[in-house]
Amino acid sequence: MADTARDPPPEQTDFQELEDGEDLFPEPAAAPEQSGPASLPAEDVSTNSNGPKQDSLFDDDPEDLFAEATEEVSLDSPERDVLLSDGPSPAITPITPPTSVITPRIGHAHDDMFTHSSFDEIEEEEGGDSFDIHIAVSDPEKVGDGMNAYMAYKVTTKTSLSVFKQGEFSVKRRFSDFLGLHSKLASKYLHVGYIVPPAPEKSIVGMTKVKVGKEDQSSNEFVEKRRSALERYLMRTVKHPVLLKDPDVLQFLESSELPRAVSTQALSSAGLLRMVNKAADAVNKMTIKMNESDAWFEEKQQQFENLDIQLRKLHASVESLVCHRKELSVNTALFAKSAAMLGNSEDHTALSRALSQLAEVEEKIDQLHQDQANADFYLFSELLGDYVRLITAVKGVFDHRMKTWQKWQDSQMLLQKKREAEAKLQFTNKPDKLQQAKDEIKELEGKVQQGERDFEQISKTIRKEVSRFEKERVKDFKSVIIKYLESLVQTQQQLIKYWEAFLPEAKAIS
Amino acid sequence: MMGYLSVSLQPRAVNVDLQTDATLQVDISDALSERDKVKFTVHTKSTLPNFKQSEFSVVRQHEEFIWLHDSFVENEDYAGYIIPPAPPRPDFDASREKLQKLGEGEGSMTKEEFTKMKQELEAEYLAIFKKTVAMHEVFLCRVAAHPVLRKDLNFHVFLEYNQDLSVRGKNKKEKLEDFFKNVVKSADGVLVAGVKDVDDFFEHEKTFLLEYHNRVKDASAKSDRMIRSHKNAADDINRIASFFLKVSELFEKTRVSTLLRWLCFVLFHLIPAQVKVEQLLMTDVSSHLLQKIEARVAADEDLKLADLLKYYLRESQAAKDLLYRRGRALVDYENANKALDKARAKNRDVLQAETSQQLCCHKFEKISESAKQELIDFKTRRVAAFRKNLVELAELELKHAKGNLQLLQSCLSVLKGDT
Repeated sequence: MADTARDPPPEQTDFQELEDGEDLFPEPAAAPEQSGPASLPAEDVSTNSNGPKQDSLFDDDPEDLFAEATEEVSLDSPERDVLLSDGPSPAITPITPPTSVITPRIGHAHDDMFTHSSFDEIEEEEGGDSFDIHIAVSDPEKVGDGMNAYMAYKVTTKTSLSVFKQGEFSVKRRFSDFLGLHSKLASKYLHVGYIVPPAPEKSIVGMTKVKVGKEDQSSNEFVEKRRSALERYLMRTVKHPVLLKDPDVLQFLESSELPRAVSTQALSSAGLLRMVNKAADAVNKMTIKMNESDAWFEEKQQQFENLDIQLRKLHASVESLVCHRKELSVNTALFAKSAAMLGNSEDHTALSRALSQLAEVEEKIDQLHQDQANADFYLFSELLGDYVRLITAVKGVFDHRMKTWQKWQDSQMLLQKKREAEAKLQFTNKPDKLQQAKDEIKELEGKVQQGERDFEQISKTIRKEVSRFEKERVKDFKSVIIKYLESLVQTQQQLIKYWEAFLPEAKAIS
Repeated sequence: MMGYLSVSLQPRAVNVDLQTDATLQVDISDALSERDKVKFTVHTKSTLPNFKQSEFSVVRQHEEFIWLHDSFVENEDYAGYIIPPAPPRPDFDASREKLQKLGEGEGSMTKEEFTKMKQELEAEYLAIFKKTVAMHEVFLCRVAAHPVLRKDLNFHVFLEYNQDLSVRGKNKKEKLEDFFKNVVKSADGVLVAGVKDVDDFFEHEKTFLLEYHNRVKDASAKSDRMIRSHKNAADDINRIASFFLKVSELFEKTRVSTLLRWLCFVLFHLIPAQVKVEQLLMTDVSSHLLQKIEARVAADEDLKLADLLKYYLRESQAAKDLLYRRGRALVDYENANKALDKARAKNRDVLQAETSQQLCCHKFEKISESAKQELIDFKTRRVAAFRKNLVELAELELKHAKGNLQLLQSCLSVLKGDT
């Protein structure tokens, strides 16, 4: 039809903006000097025909470097065993050396980037995803009986990445295994600034129904919801370049036996401890007053706050929509029955037939509404729920940055005090005390430097993570929106079919 | 706020099939909604000699329509006809209440939200208004199309007399009287319905109408519930689209923003039963896209079917009333026969009994004669109205589904194409 005018006007304006943005930084990567191991990745960047984009610097480089790092790690099994602990620091040691070499360069280019433009999101780099892994969670199976029963899910991984031993493999996992994985990753990475995807939420009510053996609609729905949430969780986790190479993740995906994660039980002592810690954190957060020197962080934090509020409201609306659609489906079915009865009592044959046909059409439409409600739910509602939790994780990461800053400031203040004390000791005649003071000062100076480094580190990591998060969000939303629109297309096509079949019946009434 | 609302209405498709007759054409050309009453401008075009002019208009209120209807019902001569059902009272209470609440809550919401809600409420008000005008018009057209009723003197006065008819609404006492009358009538109705009719046609019609009336009532109630659910879902979609808009504003100039605005646009367009063009103007989606959107009238496909059912609920009641009157006349006739036989047997007051029996017989036969034709006409009208309505319903549904499909497909091609 004459609808070509409809075609991409909004898109064109957007392209305009983006092209302007790109022009703003013609060749920042070429400018900073390249050193040592960083030279290889730098070449990749400059040969990238699309011109240097901010994200390619972050994504391609770390991935290449981490690939080198993990290759070393996987050959060395004792080192790998060390990494499987729950402790925070040892896990990140193999990764920090390469980053510390590369950070000066990224930091420098990074600053250039930020002085030139606001933090725009750019379209995905072409072919930038050398990412080939697909995880499916399937076949939920009830294992055991009574209150000790649990659902076992089959986790199938298909990949061509070299970090895995095979190309395709599957294992059986239960829900607490997923939670255990998340808690390990969180303790290792959250405090350094990585956004660790949150695991699906526990549901005591839902699980109890399943355990007790109720084989009804709602418990099936619950299992399906959980299965789908677990799948999304794993995909998000492996999409993260750092987490993908984490040995805990690899073990989770590959090894057939996994030590039972006991500390994830809701009512365990570990669970209670977690709750207490969370409360303490909340209180601390309120008392930390940070001098934010970096406007980027302030802006981003504000953005995420707003986003959080909007997403929660949106989530609530989508759930309300799902509810109303289900109601609509029920009422349409009732109306269909009523129309059928009316058709029966109508004594004009053709009209009677048409009314019965109407009843049938309405019945089919009721089924459509039901399916649409499911689509609304599984596509939107769950995605929004995931994002609400993700944003909580993001906010957590920002909070960790504040804590790191606090630690740094604390050690600085302590150093100051010690220096004052030392100065005072200078006037007394206690050489061994003086020496002790000097030693303490040396130690503290080291701590302060470390604190500063940690703070810079976490700030940089967060910037990277946020940009990756934002790109992922675009991808996620885009794919969901496309799926949703496709489901709507199907609904409309079905509607057309039904009404087209009905129309001649209506016309046949005479 | 909503003090005055004036609507100019063109001849509308009415949901009853009527022969338009050049000798007498009636319509409501204008309507004005004042604080608590609606003033209808009744416009008549006629070639009949009874009227002074060939074209004229008067202003009437709802109470005057009711007066006219009641005068038909109370007229014994019209006992054998289906009296066109009275139009329902214009009911803006709910709408007015909502508007008032909105006014009170003005301070607590943003200017945007307030304007949007105000527009929605105004659209709702307008929809109710249009419907009440349509109902009043249908009543007049039915009377004008009826071969006997159209000649009624009260009807002519109603159409022509350009002063106030000084018809006041019923006071409490009269309303109470009406209520009791109805109770008695329905009890009597049951009694009369129990009497088996000699005539097969009427016996069949009696059972048919009873069942039909109940089923139309049920269908009407169910369709109302369905529409309410639909509206709830539409409200949700509206809210969701607004949120997407807000979220997209948080990410200006980014890919997410464009995506979300597209989604917004699609969702707004898919909302059934409401005009959403104003909200779309708030986004800066390209303007020629907006022109493609037809403004969806508040009375959409769902409402058409619901209105039809409601109308036939009232008409089938009127038909039942006719059968009741005939039944009543039959019972009276039979009783008069019995009384005559008794009088003849006792040879007392025979003349009196004879005249009364004659009267009853005459009344009964008069009613029966016209009733048969009326019921046949009712069926024809009903079939034609349903046919028209169902065809229109299907065509509207198809049009909207096809439009939506096109929109969705072009959206999808844009979204997929720009990876």
